[in-house]
Amino acid sequence: MPHIALSPDLQGIRAAMAFRPETARPLNALVEILLAGPSTLTKGERELIATYVSSRNCTFFCASIHGAIAAAHLGGDEALVKQVKTDFTQANISAKLKALLVVAGKVQQDGKLVTTADIEAARKLGATDIEIHDTVLIAAAFCMYNRYVDGLDTFQPDDEALYRERGKRVARDGYVTTSEEYLRENAHAAAH
Amino acid sequence: MPHIDLPEGLPGISAGFNFRPETAKPMRELAHILLHESSSLTPGERELIATYVSSRNGTTFCDLSHGAAVAQHLGDPSIVEKVKSDFLSAPVSPKMKALLAIAGKVQQDGKLVTESDVLVARVLGATDLEIHDTVLIAAAFSMYNRYVDGLGTWQPTDPEMYTQMGKHLAAEGYSKPSIRQPVGT
Repeated sequence: MPHIALSPDLQGIRAAMAFRPETARPLNALVEILLAGPSTLTKGERELIATYVSSRNCTFFCASIHGAIAAAHLGGDEALVKQVKTDFTQANISAKLKALLVVAGKVQQDGKLVTTADIEAARKLGATDIEIHDTVLIAAAFCMYNRYVDGLDTFQPDDEALYRERGKRVARDGYVTTSEEYLRENAHAAAH
Repeated sequence: MPHIDLPEGLPGISAGFNFRPETAKPMRELAHILLHESSSLTPGERELIATYVSSRNGTTFCDLSHGAAVAQHLGDPSIVEKVKSDFLSAPVSPKMKALLAIAGKVQQDGKLVTESDVLVARVLGATDLEIHDTVLIAAAFSMYNRYVDGLGTWQPTDPEMYTQMGKHLAAEGYSKPSIRQPVGT
Protein backbone atom coordinates (compact mmCIF):
# COMPACT_ATOMS: atom_id res chain seq x y z
CA MET A 1 0.00 0.00 0.00
CA PRO A 2 1.76 3.23 -1.10
CA HIS A 3 2.77 5.62 1.67
CA ILE A 4 1.26 8.61 -0.17
CA ALA A 5 -1.73 9.15 -2.46
CA LEU A 6 -0.35 7.68 -5.68
CA SER A 7 -2.57 6.82 -8.64
CA PRO A 8 -3.98 3.29 -8.14
CA ASP A 9 -3.75 2.67 -11.89
CA LEU A 10 0.03 2.92 -12.09
CA GLN A 11 2.76 0.57 -10.94
CA GLY A 12 6.27 1.04 -9.60
CA ILE A 13 8.16 4.16 -10.58
CA ARG A 14 5.37 5.29 -12.97
CA ALA A 15 3.11 6.01 -10.01
CA ALA A 16 5.80 8.04 -8.25
CA MET A 17 6.68 9.95 -11.41
CA ALA A 18 3.05 10.78 -12.18
CA PHE A 19 2.75 12.21 -8.64
CA ARG A 20 5.67 14.59 -9.23
CA PRO A 21 6.21 15.22 -12.96
CA GLU A 22 8.80 17.96 -12.34
CA THR A 23 11.30 15.48 -10.88
CA ALA A 24 10.18 12.79 -13.35
CA ARG A 25 11.68 14.84 -16.18
CA PRO A 26 15.34 14.69 -15.08
CA LEU A 27 14.86 11.13 -13.75
CA ASN A 28 13.75 10.00 -17.22
CA ALA A 29 16.36 12.12 -19.00
CA LEU A 30 19.12 10.50 -16.93
CA VAL A 31 18.03 6.90 -17.52
CA GLU A 32 17.52 7.66 -21.22
CA ILE A 33 21.14 8.80 -21.62
CA LEU A 34 22.60 6.08 -19.43
CA LEU A 35 20.74 3.08 -20.82
CA ALA A 36 19.54 4.12 -24.28
CA GLY A 37 21.92 6.87 -25.37
CA PRO A 38 24.98 6.46 -27.59
CA SER A 39 27.60 4.22 -25.97
CA THR A 40 30.25 1.66 -26.74
CA LEU A 41 28.37 -0.63 -24.32
CA THR A 42 25.29 -2.08 -26.01
CA LYS A 43 21.83 -1.30 -24.66
CA GLY A 44 21.49 -4.96 -23.65
CA GLU A 45 24.73 -4.80 -21.65
CA ARG A 46 23.68 -1.62 -19.88
CA GLU A 47 20.22 -2.97 -19.03
CA LEU A 48 21.93 -6.08 -17.61
CA ILE A 49 23.91 -3.84 -15.24
CA ALA A 50 20.67 -2.09 -14.21
CA THR A 51 18.76 -5.30 -13.60
CA TYR A 52 21.71 -6.84 -11.73
CA VAL A 53 21.91 -3.87 -9.33
CA SER A 54 18.13 -3.81 -8.88
CA SER A 55 18.16 -7.51 -8.13
CA ARG A 56 20.88 -7.04 -5.50
CA ASN A 57 18.77 -4.26 -3.98
CA CYS A 58 15.79 -6.66 -4.08
CA THR A 59 13.56 -4.12 -5.81
CA PHE A 60 11.20 -6.41 -7.67
CA PHE A 61 9.64 -3.88 -10.05
CA CYS A 62 12.96 -2.46 -11.23
CA ALA A 63 14.67 -5.85 -11.52
CA SER A 64 11.70 -7.20 -13.48
CA ILE A 65 11.21 -4.35 -15.93
CA HIS A 66 14.89 -3.85 -16.66
CA GLY A 67 15.32 -7.60 -16.98
CA ALA A 68 12.52 -7.55 -19.56
CA ILE A 69 14.06 -4.62 -21.42
CA ALA A 70 17.44 -6.40 -21.39
CA ALA A 71 15.83 -9.57 -22.77
CA ALA A 72 14.12 -7.53 -25.51
CA HIS A 73 17.51 -6.15 -26.56
CA LEU A 74 19.09 -9.62 -26.37
CA GLY A 75 16.78 -11.47 -28.73
CA GLY A 76 14.32 -12.49 -26.01
CA ASP A 77 16.96 -14.39 -24.01
CA GLU A 78 15.23 -14.42 -20.61
CA ALA A 79 17.40 -17.33 -19.44
CA LEU A 80 20.51 -15.20 -19.88
CA VAL A 81 18.99 -12.38 -17.85
CA LYS A 82 18.09 -14.82 -15.09
CA GLN A 83 21.61 -16.27 -15.10
CA VAL A 84 23.16 -12.80 -14.76
CA LYS A 85 20.98 -12.14 -11.72
CA THR A 86 21.71 -15.51 -10.10
CA ASP A 87 25.42 -15.82 -10.91
CA PHE A 88 26.84 -13.63 -13.66
CA THR A 89 30.24 -15.37 -13.54
CA GLN A 90 28.54 -18.35 -15.23
CA ALA A 91 26.55 -16.30 -17.75
CA ASN A 92 27.24 -16.25 -21.49
CA ILE A 93 28.41 -12.62 -21.51
CA SER A 94 31.77 -11.08 -22.29
CA ALA A 95 34.63 -11.14 -19.77
CA LYS A 96 34.63 -7.34 -19.90
CA LEU A 97 30.97 -7.17 -18.88
CA LYS A 98 31.67 -9.58 -16.01
CA ALA A 99 34.43 -7.25 -14.79
CA LEU A 100 32.07 -4.27 -15.06
CA LEU A 101 29.39 -6.17 -13.12
CA VAL A 102 31.93 -6.68 -10.31
CA VAL A 103 32.38 -2.90 -10.20
CA ALA A 104 28.60 -2.35 -10.30
CA GLY A 105 28.08 -4.82 -7.45
CA LYS A 106 30.55 -2.94 -5.30
CA VAL A 107 28.99 0.46 -6.06
CA GLN A 108 25.60 -1.00 -5.18
CA GLN A 109 26.90 -1.62 -1.64
CA ASP A 110 29.20 1.39 -1.22
CA GLY A 111 31.24 3.30 -3.79
CA LYS A 112 34.28 3.14 -1.51
CA LEU A 113 34.47 -0.62 -2.03
CA VAL A 114 35.62 -0.23 -5.65
CA THR A 115 39.35 -0.99 -5.69
CA THR A 116 42.14 -0.15 -8.10
CA ALA A 117 42.38 -3.90 -8.76
CA ASP A 118 38.71 -4.04 -9.82
CA ILE A 119 39.30 -1.19 -12.28
CA GLU A 120 42.55 -2.66 -13.61
CA ALA A 121 40.81 -5.98 -14.22
CA ALA A 122 38.11 -4.20 -16.24
CA ARG A 123 40.70 -2.18 -18.19
CA LYS A 124 42.73 -5.30 -19.04
CA LEU A 125 39.57 -6.73 -20.58
CA GLY A 126 39.07 -3.63 -22.70
CA ALA A 127 36.91 -1.31 -20.58
CA THR A 128 37.41 2.38 -21.38
CA ASP A 129 37.16 5.32 -18.96
CA ILE A 130 33.68 6.20 -20.24
CA GLU A 131 32.50 2.59 -19.86
CA ILE A 132 33.81 2.50 -16.29
CA HIS A 133 32.24 5.91 -15.57
CA ASP A 134 28.88 4.82 -16.92
CA THR A 135 28.98 1.50 -15.07
CA VAL A 136 29.54 3.37 -11.78
CA LEU A 137 26.80 5.86 -12.59
CA ILE A 138 24.28 3.23 -13.72
CA ALA A 139 24.85 1.33 -10.47
CA ALA A 140 24.62 4.54 -8.42
CA ALA A 141 21.50 5.71 -10.26
CA PHE A 142 19.75 2.40 -9.73
CA CYS A 143 20.47 2.66 -6.02
CA MET A 144 18.38 5.82 -6.30
CA TYR A 145 15.56 4.46 -8.50
CA ASN A 146 15.30 1.29 -6.37
CA ARG A 147 15.04 3.28 -3.11
CA TYR A 148 12.47 5.62 -4.69
CA VAL A 149 10.26 2.72 -5.82
CA ASP A 150 10.57 0.86 -2.49
CA GLY A 151 10.59 3.92 -0.23
CA LEU A 152 7.13 5.05 -1.36
CA ASP A 153 5.89 1.42 -1.27
CA THR A 154 4.67 1.61 -4.84
CA PHE A 155 2.66 -1.29 -6.25
CA GLN A 156 5.10 -3.85 -7.68
CA PRO A 157 3.00 -6.51 -9.45
CA ASP A 158 4.12 -10.08 -10.00
CA ASP A 159 3.12 -10.20 -13.66
CA GLU A 160 5.70 -11.52 -16.12
CA ALA A 161 3.50 -10.82 -19.14
CA LEU A 162 3.12 -7.16 -18.13
CA TYR A 163 6.87 -6.67 -17.79
CA ARG A 164 7.59 -8.56 -21.00
CA GLU A 165 5.24 -6.37 -23.04
CA ARG A 166 6.41 -3.18 -21.44
CA GLY A 167 10.00 -4.26 -21.81
CA LYS A 168 9.57 -4.57 -25.57
CA ARG A 169 7.96 -1.15 -25.76
CA VAL A 170 10.69 0.61 -23.76
CA ALA A 171 13.39 -1.22 -25.72
CA ARG A 172 11.80 0.11 -28.91
CA ASP A 173 10.80 3.65 -27.85
CA GLY A 174 13.09 4.55 -24.96
CA TYR A 175 12.22 6.02 -21.57
CA VAL A 176 11.29 9.62 -22.31
CA THR A 177 8.79 8.76 -25.08
CA THR A 178 7.23 5.96 -23.02
CA SER A 179 6.90 8.27 -20.01
CA GLU A 180 4.70 10.66 -21.96
CA GLU A 181 1.87 8.15 -21.87
CA TYR A 182 1.65 7.92 -18.08
CA LEU A 183 2.64 11.48 -17.29
CA ARG A 184 0.07 12.98 -19.65
CA GLU A 185 -2.82 10.67 -18.80
CA ASN A 186 -2.32 11.04 -15.08
CA ALA A 187 -1.61 14.72 -14.83
CA HIS A 188 -4.60 14.99 -12.50
CA ALA A 189 -2.87 12.68 -10.02
CA ALA A 190 -0.20 15.29 -9.31
CA ALA A 191 -1.82 16.30 -6.05
CA HIS A 192 -0.10 19.48 -4.90
CA MET B 1 43.37 8.74 -6.71
CA PRO B 2 40.47 8.69 -9.20
CA HIS B 3 39.73 5.42 -10.98
CA ILE B 4 39.46 7.15 -14.36
CA ASP B 5 41.15 10.13 -15.96
CA LEU B 6 39.20 12.91 -14.27
CA PRO B 7 40.29 16.55 -14.62
CA GLU B 8 42.71 17.49 -11.87
CA GLY B 9 41.84 20.05 -9.25
CA LEU B 10 38.07 19.60 -9.47
CA PRO B 11 36.73 18.17 -6.22
CA GLY B 12 34.09 15.53 -5.73
CA ILE B 13 31.12 15.50 -8.07
CA SER B 14 32.37 18.49 -10.09
CA ALA B 15 35.04 16.20 -11.60
CA GLY B 16 32.44 13.64 -12.66
CA PHE B 17 30.20 16.37 -14.07
CA ASN B 18 33.09 17.84 -16.04
CA PHE B 19 34.06 14.42 -17.40
CA ARG B 20 30.53 13.59 -18.60
CA PRO B 21 28.42 16.71 -19.13
CA GLU B 22 25.53 14.79 -20.74
CA THR B 23 24.72 12.95 -17.51
CA ALA B 24 25.63 15.98 -15.40
CA LYS B 25 22.72 17.96 -16.86
CA PRO B 26 19.81 15.87 -15.51
CA MET B 27 21.71 15.21 -12.26
CA ARG B 28 22.05 18.97 -11.71
CA GLU B 29 18.46 19.58 -12.68
CA LEU B 30 17.21 16.97 -10.21
CA ALA B 31 19.24 18.47 -7.33
CA HIS B 32 18.09 21.98 -8.26
CA ILE B 33 14.42 21.06 -8.14
CA LEU B 34 14.71 18.95 -4.99
CA LEU B 35 16.92 21.26 -2.92
CA HIS B 36 16.64 24.78 -4.30
CA GLU B 37 13.29 25.40 -5.96
CA SER B 38 10.26 26.50 -4.03
CA SER B 39 8.76 23.96 -1.61
CA SER B 40 6.89 23.90 1.68
CA LEU B 41 10.12 22.52 3.20
CA THR B 42 12.73 25.28 3.40
CA PRO B 43 15.97 24.89 1.41
CA GLY B 44 17.82 24.61 4.74
CA GLU B 45 15.60 21.71 5.81
CA ARG B 46 16.06 19.93 2.49
CA GLU B 47 19.84 20.43 2.54
CA LEU B 48 19.82 18.97 6.07
CA ILE B 49 18.23 15.79 4.72
CA ALA B 50 20.91 15.65 1.98
CA THR B 51 23.75 16.19 4.48
CA TYR B 52 22.34 13.67 6.93
CA VAL B 53 22.09 10.96 4.24
CA SER B 54 25.58 11.78 2.90
CA SER B 55 27.00 11.58 6.40
CA ARG B 56 25.40 8.17 6.93
CA ASN B 57 26.89 7.03 3.60
CA GLY B 58 30.30 8.32 4.74
CA THR B 59 30.80 10.46 1.61
CA THR B 60 32.99 13.35 2.76
CA PHE B 61 32.57 15.71 -0.20
CA CYS B 62 28.78 15.53 -0.26
CA ASP B 63 28.52 15.68 3.54
CA LEU B 64 30.69 18.81 3.79
CA SER B 65 29.36 20.66 0.74
CA HIS B 66 25.70 20.22 1.65
CA GLY B 67 26.52 20.91 5.28
CA ALA B 68 28.01 24.21 4.15
CA ALA B 69 24.80 24.97 2.23
CA VAL B 70 22.80 24.30 5.42
CA ALA B 71 25.04 26.66 7.37
CA GLN B 72 24.39 29.40 4.80
CA HIS B 73 20.63 28.86 4.72
CA LEU B 74 20.16 28.59 8.49
CA GLY B 75 22.97 30.92 9.59
CA ASP B 76 24.06 28.27 12.10
CA PRO B 77 26.85 25.77 11.32
CA SER B 78 26.36 23.99 14.67
CA ILE B 79 22.99 22.56 13.62
CA VAL B 80 24.68 20.34 11.03
CA GLU B 81 26.87 18.55 13.59
CA LYS B 82 23.96 18.17 16.00
CA VAL B 83 21.75 16.60 13.33
CA LYS B 84 24.52 14.29 12.15
CA SER B 85 25.41 13.06 15.63
CA ASP B 86 21.87 12.75 17.06
CA PHE B 87 19.01 14.36 15.17
CA LEU B 88 16.46 13.40 17.81
CA SER B 89 17.99 15.87 20.24
CA ALA B 90 18.90 18.50 17.62
CA PRO B 91 17.15 21.91 17.51
CA VAL B 92 14.95 21.09 14.51
CA SER B 93 11.16 20.76 14.37
CA PRO B 94 9.45 17.47 15.35
CA LYS B 95 8.25 17.19 11.74
CA MET B 96 11.86 17.41 10.51
CA LYS B 97 12.87 14.70 12.97
CA ALA B 98 10.15 12.43 11.58
CA LEU B 99 11.29 13.16 8.00
CA LEU B 100 14.95 12.53 8.93
CA ALA B 101 13.92 9.17 10.37
CA ILE B 102 12.32 8.30 7.00
CA ALA B 103 15.39 9.55 5.12
CA GLY B 104 17.65 7.40 7.31
CA LYS B 105 15.63 4.34 6.44
CA VAL B 106 15.61 5.08 2.70
CA GLN B 107 19.39 5.56 2.86
CA GLN B 108 19.68 1.92 3.95
CA ASP B 109 16.80 0.36 2.01
CA GLY B 110 13.48 1.83 0.90
CA LYS B 111 11.66 -1.24 2.16
CA LEU B 112 12.52 -0.28 5.75
CA VAL B 113 10.10 2.68 5.70
CA THR B 114 7.02 1.60 7.64
CA GLU B 115 3.44 2.86 7.67
CA SER B 116 4.11 3.91 11.22
CA ASP B 117 7.10 6.09 10.20
CA VAL B 118 4.88 7.83 7.65
CA LEU B 119 1.95 8.18 10.06
CA VAL B 120 4.18 9.86 12.65
CA ALA B 121 5.39 12.33 10.01
CA ARG B 122 1.78 13.08 8.97
CA VAL B 123 0.63 13.59 12.54
CA LEU B 124 3.45 16.14 12.88
CA GLY B 125 2.22 17.98 9.79
CA ALA B 126 4.10 16.42 6.85
CA THR B 127 2.21 16.52 3.55
CA ASP B 128 2.31 13.88 0.80
CA LEU B 129 4.61 16.12 -1.22
CA GLU B 130 7.00 16.59 1.70
CA ILE B 131 7.10 12.83 2.30
CA HIS B 132 7.64 12.21 -1.44
CA ASP B 133 10.49 14.70 -1.60
CA THR B 134 12.12 13.37 1.56
CA VAL B 135 12.16 9.86 0.06
CA LEU B 136 13.48 11.13 -3.27
CA ILE B 137 16.17 13.35 -1.71
CA ALA B 138 17.40 10.39 0.37
CA ALA B 139 17.28 8.13 -2.71
CA ALA B 140 19.02 10.70 -4.91
CA PHE B 141 21.82 11.19 -2.39
CA SER B 142 22.29 7.43 -2.29
CA MET B 143 23.13 7.93 -6.00
CA TYR B 144 25.29 11.08 -5.73
CA ASN B 145 27.27 9.62 -2.81
CA ARG B 146 28.00 6.35 -4.65
CA TYR B 147 29.00 8.30 -7.79
CA VAL B 148 31.45 10.50 -5.88
CA ASP B 149 32.96 7.55 -3.98
CA GLY B 150 32.74 5.01 -6.80
CA LEU B 151 34.90 7.06 -9.17
CA GLY B 152 37.49 7.66 -6.43
CA THR B 153 37.10 11.44 -6.81
CA TRP B 154 39.33 13.84 -4.85
CA GLN B 155 37.47 14.72 -1.64
CA PRO B 156 39.33 17.48 0.21
CA THR B 157 38.55 18.58 3.76
CA ASP B 158 39.48 22.29 3.51
CA PRO B 159 36.71 24.14 5.41
CA GLU B 160 37.23 27.40 3.50
CA MET B 161 36.62 25.74 0.13
CA TYR B 162 33.36 24.28 1.41
CA THR B 163 32.27 27.60 2.90
CA GLN B 164 32.62 29.17 -0.56
CA MET B 165 30.80 26.27 -2.16
CA GLY B 166 28.03 26.53 0.42
CA LYS B 167 27.55 30.24 -0.37
CA HIS B 168 27.23 29.53 -4.08
CA LEU B 169 24.85 26.59 -3.58
CA ALA B 170 22.63 28.52 -1.20
CA ALA B 171 22.45 31.53 -3.54
CA GLU B 172 22.42 29.89 -6.98
CA GLY B 173 21.46 26.27 -6.51
CA TYR B 174 22.67 23.47 -8.76
CA SER B 175 22.04 24.46 -12.36
CA LYS B 176 25.52 25.83 -12.83
CA PRO B 177 28.85 24.57 -11.47
CA SER B 178 29.96 26.05 -8.17
CA ILE B 179 33.54 25.06 -9.00
CA ARG B 180 34.54 25.92 -12.56
CA GLN B 181 38.29 26.28 -12.27
CA PRO B 182 40.61 23.73 -10.72
CA VAL B 183 41.37 24.52 -7.09
CA GLY B 184 44.72 23.76 -5.42
CA THR B 185 45.31 20.07 -4.87
